[in-house]
Amino acid sequence: MFGLDKKHTNLLLLVLALVILAPFLLNPFPEGSGMAQFNAGYPDLMQRFVIFGIFAIGFNILFGLTGYLSFGHAAFLGVGSYAAMWMMKLLTMNIIPAIAVSVVVAGLFALLVGWISLRRSGIYFSILTLAFAQMSYALAYSVLTPITGGETGLQPKLQDPRILDGELAVGASPKANLFGLEMGASFEWSVGSWLFTFNVGYYVAAIAMLFAFYMAIRIFNSPFGMMLRAIKSNQQRLNYTGLNARPYTLAAFVVSGMYAGLAGGLMVAMDTQVGAERMFWTASGEVVLMTILGGAGTLIGPVLGAGMIKYMENIMSKINSTILHEWFAFLPDGLENFVVTLIYPFIGKGWNLTLGLIFMLVVIFLPGGLVEGGQRIAKLFKRKKPSSDTPDGKTTPAE
Amino acid sequence: MEAIILQILNGLDKGSAYALIALGLTLIFGTLGVVNFAHGALFMIGAFCAVTLSRILQLSRTVIDDTQTDFLGNPLKVEVPYLHDMFGPATGDAIIDWAVPISILFAIPVMIAIGVIMERGLIKHFYSRPHADQILVTFGLAIVLQEVIKFYFGANPIPTPAPDVFRGSFDFGAAFGFDANSIIYPYWRLVYFGFAALIIGAVFAFLQFTTFGMVVRAGMADRETVQLLGIDIDKRFTLMFGLAAAVAGLAGVMYTPINSPNYHMGMDFLVLSFVVVVVGGMGSLPGAVLAGFLLGILESFASMREVLEFLPGINQIIIYLVAIIILLTRPRGLMGRKGVMED
Repeated sequence: MFGLDKKHTNLLLLVLALVILAPFLLNPFPEGSGMAQFNAGYPDLMQRFVIFGIFAIGFNILFGLTGYLSFGHAAFLGVGSYAAMWMMKLLTMNIIPAIAVSVVVAGLFALLVGWISLRRSGIYFSILTLAFAQMSYALAYSVLTPITGGETGLQPKLQDPRILDGELAVGASPKANLFGLEMGASFEWSVGSWLFTFNVGYYVAAIAMLFAFYMAIRIFNSPFGMMLRAIKSNQQRLNYTGLNARPYTLAAFVVSGMYAGLAGGLMVAMDTQVGAERMFWTASGEVVLMTILGGAGTLIGPVLGAGMIKYMENIMSKINSTILHEWFAFLPDGLENFVVTLIYPFIGKGWNLTLGLIFMLVVIFLPGGLVEGGQRIAKLFKRKKPSSDTPDGKTTPAE
Repeated sequence: MEAIILQILNGLDKGSAYALIALGLTLIFGTLGVVNFAHGALFMIGAFCAVTLSRILQLSRTVIDDTQTDFLGNPLKVEVPYLHDMFGPATGDAIIDWAVPISILFAIPVMIAIGVIMERGLIKHFYSRPHADQILVTFGLAIVLQEVIKFYFGANPIPTPAPDVFRGSFDFGAAFGFDANSIIYPYWRLVYFGFAALIIGAVFAFLQFTTFGMVVRAGMADRETVQLLGIDIDKRFTLMFGLAAAVAGLAGVMYTPINSPNYHMGMDFLVLSFVVVVVGGMGSLPGAVLAGFLLGILESFASMREVLEFLPGINQIIIYLVAIIILLTRPRGLMGRKGVMED
């Protein structure tokens, strides 16, 4: 289907089902129960799952396939966000032009950065991309304030021209919409004590994510994707064969920049504001974490990684010591306090510590990320070699 | 003229910090071939060594002083540091006052221990893995170290003052025949620069004039041959990692009075230090030091009002801009060696 083989069609359908049913799947606990805080089925978080999923899928096309580790990808996300915001301010609050322009602008910026950075490889490439991203961040914060809003960032204002939109009704504020369908609108369905929220913005972002995922599958399976893997496994040999790797890496860089731009545009569409901190290098580091955690070079890995990190960020950071005490109330008092003290540094504000530890463990023991972990577990149970044609991103030279 | 001298001086203290961190990074890279993203965290831990020691020195017991009363008329509670009991009030206060310089003695063994544990426990297993993996695992380690420090010391900057003697400023103008007050420079920054120069000199002397240093240099040039000669080069390289950690830590200790330490100070410096290393040339120790001072001074020149008037915002990006230009025109950096990270 759609030019995919059976395995990938199934994968795409699986992701499709997960994405459509997410409001149910992420809300397994009834409202008001002790476990309700683990529910992730609220629009804001679900939107972030898919948007960062897109970002990570795009990063994976560069890092997973070519092995070029960019430490400045957030710059493209930021540039895309600013472009989308300006479309909303000048043209219309409809998200279509905003997202289209964000993709194009991010792609052009990636072309410029990539054209320069890809002259070098390895650590130099990482530093160059980092330098570009930090430059963009610093400029957005200081000199470019007329364009970027500096520290305050940008929001749509009442007095913006918006030449395609009609006059706003008195007292109405500009809201991002898709041909009149507001992104913030939600349909709530309550079944028993469960409350499911179906958000327009989430489904718009989800459609974009499915499209991005489909494109990624096509790229992975195309001759172009093959060429990128060849670059990762042995660039020198590629050069000796008479092939120039630069155009391919540059194309991969631009494509992944466009993915980041799409994610940036969607972020603005969901939450109409943008600030420079979106381009800070920690944001670039975050997408690296997501991709590695999920499994670089795999199709589903980056999405998993993005989902896991965003889930932890939102849910784990909400747990505090009172909740911990409730959980371990069944233990004798002394032991309860001891266990709570033991766990406390890892939750709440300390969730970054957990993230860092998990990340280190993954890099040390599971270089293939969660996907590799899943495969290993599956192998244990099946006692059978799994099909070897999965694109696991690891390539061995022919010798 | 005064303005130029002032900017050079201003650049020196930041440049010193860049140079020290870059020196450590290059030591690790040159010996072990590892790109250490956790080096900024080591700088930060050094700074928190100073914080810890000054807190330990200020440990005190509470006594009720009947001769003084607070505003409610109750006897005042007075904190008496244990150091007063041990050395008497005058010496005790002096020790507390000099907490930051004393921390140097405390930080050296701590940092060497941390460095050696880090190398033996973690980095050792990554020699055969690709550079990307090394970057990633040390990046993860940096996050963990940061968060541990944040858990114990909180997220806010902790002011750690320099000794009283160094708190004023030195008037270069009056001393060197310019107008008085035209060039004013805090004493502590002079101390920092002097200290950095001392450390850098010591590291170079150690590598140049001791047998140990000679073996290490030989190992940097050709590890295999040194091993074939029956020298346990791994042990020496581990120690060099400890030394590099100590250099970063000392840079952090002495930086605390200039900038109150917080848990993410290391990361802020790390990004710039990597740029410094790349500009200086991967694996070149003199290059790292030179580039550190050069970029520090360049940054302070770029922040001059006259420059900002016709190139607004240049002070924010000058370092990155220089790095990009250098990398594209001199791919090996200013003093890079041939064959280091060429691919």
